[in-house]
Amino acid sequence: MPAPAIQMTGIDKRFGAVHANKAVSLTVEKGTVHGLIGENGAGKSTLMSILYGFYAADSGTIAINGKPSLIRNPADAIHSGIGMVHQHFMLVETFTVVENVMLGAEGGVFTAKGAAAVRAKLQALSYAYGMDVNPDAVVSELAVGELQRVEILKALVKGADILILDEPTAVLTPSEVEKLFVLLRRLAGEGKTIIIVTHKLKEIITVTDRVSVMRRGEMVGTVETSNTSPADLAELMVGRRVVLTVEKGPANPQAVVLDVKDLTVRDARGTIRLDHATFQVRAGEIVGIAGVSGNGQSELLETIAGIRKPAGGTVSLNGALLDCGGSDDPTALRAKGLRHVPEDRHRMGLVKPFEAAESAILGCSDEPGFGAGPFLDRDAVLADCVRKMEAFDVRPADPTLRTALFSGGNQQKIVLAREIERDPKLLLIGQPTRGVDIGAIEFIHKRIIGLRDAGKAVLLVSTELDEVLALSDRVLVMCGGKITGERRPEDTNEQDMGLLMAGVSSDAPKVAA
Amino acid sequence: MSARTAPVWLTAGVVPLVNVAVAFLAAGLVVALIGENPVEALQIMLRGALGSQYGLGYTLYYTTSFIFTGLAVAVAFHAGHFNIGGEGQALMGGLGAALVALSLPFLPWPLLLPLCVLGAAAAGAAWVFIPAYLQACRGSHIVITTIMFNFLAATLLVYLLVGPMKMAGSMAPETAKFVPGATLPLMNQMAAWFGLTITRTPLNLSFIFAILAAIFVWVLIWRTRLGYAIRTVGANPDAAVYAGISPARITVIALLISGGLAGLMATNEILGVQGRLINEFTAGAGFVGIAVALMGRGHPFGIVLAALLFGVLYQGGAELAFDKPKITREMIIVIQGFVILFAGALEMMFADRIAALYARLTGKLVAV
Amino acid sequence: MSEAFQLILLAVDSAIRLSVPLLYACLAGLYSERSGVVDIGLEGKMLIGAFAAGAVASLVPNPWLGLLAAVMASGLFALVHGFASISQRGNQIVSGVAINVLASGLTAILGNAWFGQGGRTPQLPGSARFNEITLPFAEALRPVPVVGEIYYEVISGHSVLVYLALAMVPLTWFLLYRTSWGLRLRAVGENPAAVDTAGLSVTRLRYSAVIMAGILCGFGGAYLSIAQSAGFITDMTAGKGFIALAALIFAKWRPLPALGACFLFGLLDAVALRIQGVSFPGIGQVPVQAIQALPYILTVVLLAGFIGKATPPKAVGVPYLKDRS
Repeated sequence: MPAPAIQMTGIDKRFGAVHANKAVSLTVEKGTVHGLIGENGAGKSTLMSILYGFYAADSGTIAINGKPSLIRNPADAIHSGIGMVHQHFMLVETFTVVENVMLGAEGGVFTAKGAAAVRAKLQALSYAYGMDVNPDAVVSELAVGELQRVEILKALVKGADILILDEPTAVLTPSEVEKLFVLLRRLAGEGKTIIIVTHKLKEIITVTDRVSVMRRGEMVGTVETSNTSPADLAELMVGRRVVLTVEKGPANPQAVVLDVKDLTVRDARGTIRLDHATFQVRAGEIVGIAGVSGNGQSELLETIAGIRKPAGGTVSLNGALLDCGGSDDPTALRAKGLRHVPEDRHRMGLVKPFEAAESAILGCSDEPGFGAGPFLDRDAVLADCVRKMEAFDVRPADPTLRTALFSGGNQQKIVLAREIERDPKLLLIGQPTRGVDIGAIEFIHKRIIGLRDAGKAVLLVSTELDEVLALSDRVLVMCGGKITGERRPEDTNEQDMGLLMAGVSSDAPKVAA
Repeated sequence: MSARTAPVWLTAGVVPLVNVAVAFLAAGLVVALIGENPVEALQIMLRGALGSQYGLGYTLYYTTSFIFTGLAVAVAFHAGHFNIGGEGQALMGGLGAALVALSLPFLPWPLLLPLCVLGAAAAGAAWVFIPAYLQACRGSHIVITTIMFNFLAATLLVYLLVGPMKMAGSMAPETAKFVPGATLPLMNQMAAWFGLTITRTPLNLSFIFAILAAIFVWVLIWRTRLGYAIRTVGANPDAAVYAGISPARITVIALLISGGLAGLMATNEILGVQGRLINEFTAGAGFVGIAVALMGRGHPFGIVLAALLFGVLYQGGAELAFDKPKITREMIIVIQGFVILFAGALEMMFADRIAALYARLTGKLVAV
Repeated sequence: MSEAFQLILLAVDSAIRLSVPLLYACLAGLYSERSGVVDIGLEGKMLIGAFAAGAVASLVPNPWLGLLAAVMASGLFALVHGFASISQRGNQIVSGVAINVLASGLTAILGNAWFGQGGRTPQLPGSARFNEITLPFAEALRPVPVVGEIYYEVISGHSVLVYLALAMVPLTWFLLYRTSWGLRLRAVGENPAAVDTAGLSVTRLRYSAVIMAGILCGFGGAYLSIAQSAGFITDMTAGKGFIALAALIFAKWRPLPALGACFLFGLLDAVALRIQGVSFPGIGQVPVQAIQALPYILTVVLLAGFIGKATPPKAVGVPYLKDRS
């Protein structure tokens, strides 16, 4: 049996306080398509970046084709026959395809000879693999699928035998995905080794020979694709933790508070991110949205919160139509009783250089209670923060401490206190416990249920399946921007959820197999 | 949870002091390079700037201008923008004051003087409006546009002073004298009202304005809702959008305030000292403002101190040039350059090392 | 020969002389900004270069040594800018301002201390300067109408630094678009991560561009003090570094249009010098300031995106930091 193409052993990597890879080992056989799956932040991209020499591991070894290799930078990786197609394409938009492909492999001081050689290789490869790419096209004018082909060609022209693709299907249409998979199988058939990093379960099943699953920086297992199922993989990915016991009585849903009809959102590139989402949230109930991250949940929350403008569909609050992202900006929506705990507290929910008390009034700084007229009464702001810190048990309870210096759980409590304490009619809450310690999780869950019992409507987005199931009265599952199903937590199980999360269900269109 | 807040004396005291000390060390080397004794030079400067009522008056007169321009840079910094156009906005401030003074000479002084001061601020703000609008709404880089507007202001002023606004019969590029009601009293005159006698220097009422402006900026930035919005936009534009604060709107407002403060610099030189509009009266104060704001770390208290330091440098430098002809007044510009370099562009070069040293000494890990 | 034609020839000739320092600085900025490092310190680098050239040429009457000194002084300032911008990831604008202020102060104080002439360097003899070169057959061809006149008045009779500046334009084009270094340089200013993942050093590339900018500013400075003039005088760049920056934007960061923009701005300068006090029939006197202001106004209008769009290199001004996933 030949030596494995890749053998990573005991790879450990920390970024400051974040332990991104914990003694991870990975073996990939030559000539296979190998999947690497895990949730956001599971450490897959870090592991691949280490393999490609973009980051240096703190410890651990790498052997390529059985030979121990020191990969200190991308140049070493390229030299060892490794090519990587990054999720965000590493292309120079103003360059032509030829220029992009030859960058770093120009073959001499002048570019003329190298360009001719690269052009010839490109044409040969395009022909051989049926990858239709015009070598003189300027990259900024290419469609996403073409950009990916350029990235793959770039790696192949530089002689890659091992090809890493990071989330290659995130931006592709189903037919493009199909074409890509045909290509990858073919490359593998010719002896090349392919690693696909993704969180899309269905695709992994379609194209890979073997799958490795990562969770919270650790490698939790490698399985033969033929012996597994999307549901099994979902379980491995999400992990079966100590069952969350959240004490809650039965819900008592009242009038409809949030009514979303056919809501459709496109991103800056025009790609559909949210596709005709339709659902309602009533007063006194928690509606949870489950799904692997990146399937339209963020866009859903941000649109209802007034940060994005939808491309189609309607949103109503208490029966009144909203103009989200237009006249109903976040300020106007707050006045109407809508509160929003953003998914990413670092990017949106807090201002890290501010002292805690100042972060605790983000979005509320115009409230009359915080001072007369144009002034901001610091004492009032501090007193308000102290009250909230006590109510939510924030530690240390020092409102003058810089926001960035609180632990994740305490930062999250500051955001929650800010939004929940304002007695919202509707609370949008994204990833309530991401990066939060166990103790704080229980506290936060109790608060959310308390809000429901007080007759408020809650829309909860979480990629933690356990959390969604434990908290919600109804669960909607999203995949590819669509709502693929609705379940009551008591009527479902992880297998069922896994299938819905993978987009496999009777009421959802089939993904190309 | 390893990092703690570094004590204020470390971040706002030791780090900037080390940076400024290095800048002065570098300037000392230049003095040594031209064959003079840096220590002696420093003594002469300090004595010249602070050793007499006369010196102190001049020092504070220079300080006045630098407080205004330093505050102008700082307000824009808090909103995340670099207003490099203080020089041009100050020139236009002079024009605004002069236009009011020359066109409404019949008004009584209690009306005319405030209007002149307002004219200065309004003209400074107006001059930054186009760059601010283009930055906020079309993304045109404000650094480049304000540089261009500096030159445009200088060119416009020359045109006006050798053309339409030139005093008839004068050879110099200057306007006619303002009526007395449009000028600010000198400090020695004001002292005389209270029966005090102090040496006559260019120090005038605008010094009080400058201190008030510093207090205004402190209140604005740290004690108003607008200031909160400005700082949010500067620190995290995404969070601002989440909060419902429009980054474009706040950018324009913050820059207008910045331009207005720069325009007020003209109250010192034009309304306080010259009593007429002259060419190139800013003499680089707009650029000193950058050094002052960087050294003062954007805080009005730090800015007043930094402006005072530059006031000492300017007055002391003049004395030094008198005593030691080899060290010309441009020595101040050299120091200013080193301050901008070490307290600005290389700001973090020593910060990490100081934090590491502090950690070694106290056993505490800190973030600077 | 018509008088009008003669006037045009003289104006063009003078425009060439005035545009040369702009061209050097503009090309300097082009290398730096194409690599992703903003350079508002062109003015300062040119000034310190002019001073170094004037100072050295006055001590050793050899213009080439003066030029070498200019390149070294300007290059040293460029390294300071590179250290702050690339190695320390400092604010590139602040660093540029520091360079300008330092150059303005240092040239004045060192000049005065060393030469005692109020900041000037001593008047240079002809042997210490780059003198005007009469090209072959210029005199002989002079009587030939049009072609000979143009050859004599406009093309011939400049110093070697003028011809070098003009030669730098196609050379820069060639370096940028026909060599591997140029390909990498253009890439690093657009997408440094693409360069990094291609196994190339972002730091090394950016330093090479910043040093190139230093060298060219040195040439521009030397031209001012030991070719165009016979010595350094205080603040002799007088904003040319900023006009060059405007020309760079106007040229949309490309070498051939840079030549056009610099020549246009040089021509405006030449015209402004000539029309002072001249009354035009029907218009009267055109204020010279109106013409001087044109480069700045045109640049702002261009930046605003109302006529065409000046899109800078995408990564310009942003220190490169690998983001952690």
